[in-house]
Amino acid sequence: MDHSHIIDQLPYAEPFLFVDELIAVDENGAKGNYTFCKDSYFYKGHFKDFPVTPGVILTECCAQIGLVCLGIFLLGPEASKGVEIGLSSTQMEFLLPVFPNEKVSVSSQKIYFRFNKLKCSVKMHNSQGKLVCKGEISGMLKTHTYA
Amino acid sequence: MEEETKYNKLKDIIKVYLPEDVSVDAIGLESNFISELNINSANLVDIVLDVEDEFDIMLENADMDKMQTVKDALGIIDAKLEAK
Repeated sequence: MDHSHIIDQLPYAEPFLFVDELIAVDENGAKGNYTFCKDSYFYKGHFKDFPVTPGVILTECCAQIGLVCLGIFLLGPEASKGVEIGLSSTQMEFLLPVFPNEKVSVSSQKIYFRFNKLKCSVKMHNSQGKLVCKGEISGMLKTHTYA
Repeated sequence: MEEETKYNKLKDIIKVYLPEDVSVDAIGLESNFISELNINSANLVDIVLDVEDEFDIMLENADMDKMQTVKDALGIIDAKLEAK
């Protein structure tokens, strides 16, 4: 199934879009991937002379694929009006570094979606299938209430 | 369940989500969750989910909208328990 309409509805753009492909999404979770381009701006400073993808960026990638793509799916056709998102909490553990040009895949499992709050467990794996980071992310999501 | 017991149970739930600069003593019947207790909307959802577990009830979106103060929450809990 083609999920490109969900990616089109994401409220992000370069240089802060961290979703290339959404492979699967259903009521219970989402799965997608992203390749960190070696020219990304954050590699210039993280770290000096030793580029490693910052943990906050890995968290953001997990949130965009695991939480926001899933949220747009759960909101259904209403989401085409545009979505308002507020990240409310993250709790992450990082196990392996992600270097420039690495492709990662993110999968999420819904814990609950109630009263506009979506809470998910997320996992990111590298191209060798090794776990890079995992955790829980929550956010408030709703469709635009204004015209 | 007595009113006093319900109130104490609710207080125990709320205190977990209070920001560090708000003390447990600040919780009163008339306290507004968001404007007085400084609880954000995401944590208010957590309070509602904990209330559902504690009292074995289920809240709807409309209940959530009505739940502005501690007293409102007690009223909703009462109504749900009665309807069971």
